Amino acid sequence: MSAPLLAMRGICKRFGAVWALSDIELEIHAGEVVALVGDNGAGKSTLVKVITGVGPADEGVIEWNGRHVRISRPRDAQALGITSVYQDLALCETLDVVGNIFLGHELGGKAILDEVAMERRAQELDVLESLSMRLPSFRVPVASLSAGQRQTVAIARALLSEPRLLILDEPTAALGVRQTAQFLDLIERLRDRGLGVLLVSHNLGDVKAVADQVAVLHLGRNNGFFSVPTTSQEQIVSSMTGATDNAVTHRRDRWGEVLR
Amino acid sequence: MKRTGASENTGAARAGEGPARGTSTPADQRRADADGGFGSHARDFARRMRSGEFGPLPGVVAVAVLWIIFQSLDQQFLSPRNLSNLSVDIVGTGMIALGLVFVLLLGDVDLSVGSVSGLTAAVFAVLNVNRGMPEWAAVLAALVVGAAIGAAQGFFSARLGVPAFVVTLAGLLAWNGLMLYVLGASGTVNLPEEGFVHALTSYYFREEAVAYGLAALSVAVFFLASYRDSRRRRSVGVMYRPLSVIAVRTAAVAVVAFAAAYILNRFQGLPLALLIFLLFVVGLDFVLRRTFYGRKIVSIGGGAEAARRAGMNVVWLRISAFMVSGTLAAVGGLFLASRVAAVGQTSGSSILLINAIAAAVIGGVSLFGGRGTTWSVLLGMLVIQSIASGMVLLGIPTPMQSVITGGVLLAAVVLDSLARQSQKAHGRA
Ligand SMILES: Nc1ncnc2c1ncn2[C@@H]1O[C@H](COP(=O)(O)OP(=O)(O)OP(=O)(O)O)[C@@H](O)[C@H]1O
Ligand SMILES: [Mg+2]
Repeated sequence: MSAPLLAMRGICKRFGAVWALSDIELEIHAGEVVALVGDNGAGKSTLVKVITGVGPADEGVIEWNGRHVRISRPRDAQALGITSVYQDLALCETLDVVGNIFLGHELGGKAILDEVAMERRAQELDVLESLSMRLPSFRVPVASLSAGQRQTVAIARALLSEPRLLILDEPTAALGVRQTAQFLDLIERLRDRGLGVLLVSHNLGDVKAVADQVAVLHLGRNNGFFSVPTTSQEQIVSSMTGATDNAVTHRRDRWGEVLR
Repeated sequence: MKRTGASENTGAARAGEGPARGTSTPADQRRADADGGFGSHARDFARRMRSGEFGPLPGVVAVAVLWIIFQSLDQQFLSPRNLSNLSVDIVGTGMIALGLVFVLLLGDVDLSVGSVSGLTAAVFAVLNVNRGMPEWAAVLAALVVGAAIGAAQGFFSARLGVPAFVVTLAGLLAWNGLMLYVLGASGTVNLPEEGFVHALTSYYFREEAVAYGLAALSVAVFFLASYRDSRRRRSVGVMYRPLSVIAVRTAAVAVVAFAAAYILNRFQGLPLALLIFLLFVVGLDFVLRRTFYGRKIVSIGGGAEAARRAGMNVVWLRISAFMVSGTLAAVGGLFLASRVAAVGQTSGSSILLINAIAAAVIGGVSLFGGRGTTWSVLLGMLVIQSIASGMVLLGIPTPMQSVITGGVLLAAVVLDSLARQSQKAHGRA
């Protein structure tokens, strides 16, 4: 197998006396969906911030396509092709779909916007195809969209820069059943296009449905790295909660070793 | 009255033959099915109303209702003289409200604009009349004072995080006190009749050709801009307005423009003040809707966190909006001084502030930020000034006018809140 898109080794991060992350390993290959799960406070968001450069690691090595890189600012991550969609989406309510997708990256001349060019680019984004079928136009304000549609807009914005790795923090938390299904379809399409996807989630159903690998964090440490199709939900749950003394966990530990 | 533009292209046809994508998707099909004519426009209109995007509609209805009521009570109301005066009376407060739009778009408010307009007018009058400074230099000084006040207030609010309404409330008091100090013992400074500030509101283009010519010019520009935009959209394969819709819109603009020109020509011709005001409305509308700067201001109001993450310098943008507000308050102050040919103790009263906010909100600027255009101000000022003018004609006392203006402001704010709620409900459904 070729070098992973992103490989992290020995990542440590502390806040004062708290070791939020200690000695974390993580690998994500292109065309692969890796789920990152763990209980509250396990360190998932902290790890995401390490990858996106929002909160760089104190120690550890990050490799990008087998090459050693340093991510110390958000701009470094962007330059590598890493983008993220946060749970709160950070959309601008009163702007329309096109305006939101190009927020901060508007097209145009020196001072004047080129609305036509932006609308055209937006129309060519196939992520938005499902959206365009249900909306009268891309010119409706985002405030009047449903949760799933807003999510699509946020992802379209993230994909505008044609990233290699997409990080989604709790993406399905606000979605209904059908919207979640549509969203998972979208993730699969992105994976098939060769993107690496890191999916932070509490919802093991989603993880089972879409992820290829699942990495479990527990109290800031790796607590297993499983191949999803061959692992039961119970195994994942018990390693999330840190139960270590039952048969299920022993089995899981062996699996974890094999995969690593 | 709303200006057309690419950014608000509503339901319209999609180019079938555009080079967008080779394959035909369901979306293409749907769009092709939707005729580009009035059917899709009517559907889009209904959708906007349901989701709380009222746009200029409440303002238009209010103007129509007010004009019908006042005209039926007093035949003088719709006379060319009264309408012409009304068109000049809206300019001073309207300029102040235009600046306020920038701050309102941020989701903030600037309560000091009335006092700032009084102070800057006093600065101008004292420098020009009492100190003998050339008029252009005194005007410049007034504008600089306005901008500097805006910058200071913006700094406190955006950089230090003090809520804008408190900072500008302090300003409301302080700048009014400073105005009284600047005016000094005499209390009133009269503006010379030969000055150009005096001419701002007293000069009329008496040749009929001017008003008609400008009406024709704006209709032509409107049509050509819409047509060019539509052709470009069609050629790249995005939604465009079909020619029939452009024709109807142009006709509507033409009716309004020529009716206004006709009425103004039946009194004294096109007022210079109105022309300047309209140029400001059009120019600032362009800034807000078509430039990078304007887009940033709007997006901060619609989602400050989104704007920050998109890499915008939110602090500086906020400060700049307060500077625009202060500068336009100064411009408005000059027009108000020009109208009464003097600056006195009562300049920059708080009724100005109420009227400016009311005008913006009635016209469709949202107090919650992110929504509204400068055309809202023109519409809102027509409502406010029609009420004032109608009540003067009917002999209703000033205190009662204040009560009614306050009521109208409240009604507009309630509508704004309901629109927001309905939009939210619509989105979450
Ligand atoms: N800025 C910070 N300062 C101090 N401690 C922090 C900071 N950020 C995170 N922590 C601590 O680091 C640990 C990991 O937090 P993190 O937010 O990464 O957890 P999480 O897995 O994302 O949890 P959740 O599921 O609740 O989002 C927690 O103990 C948290 O209190
Ligand atoms: Mg978290």
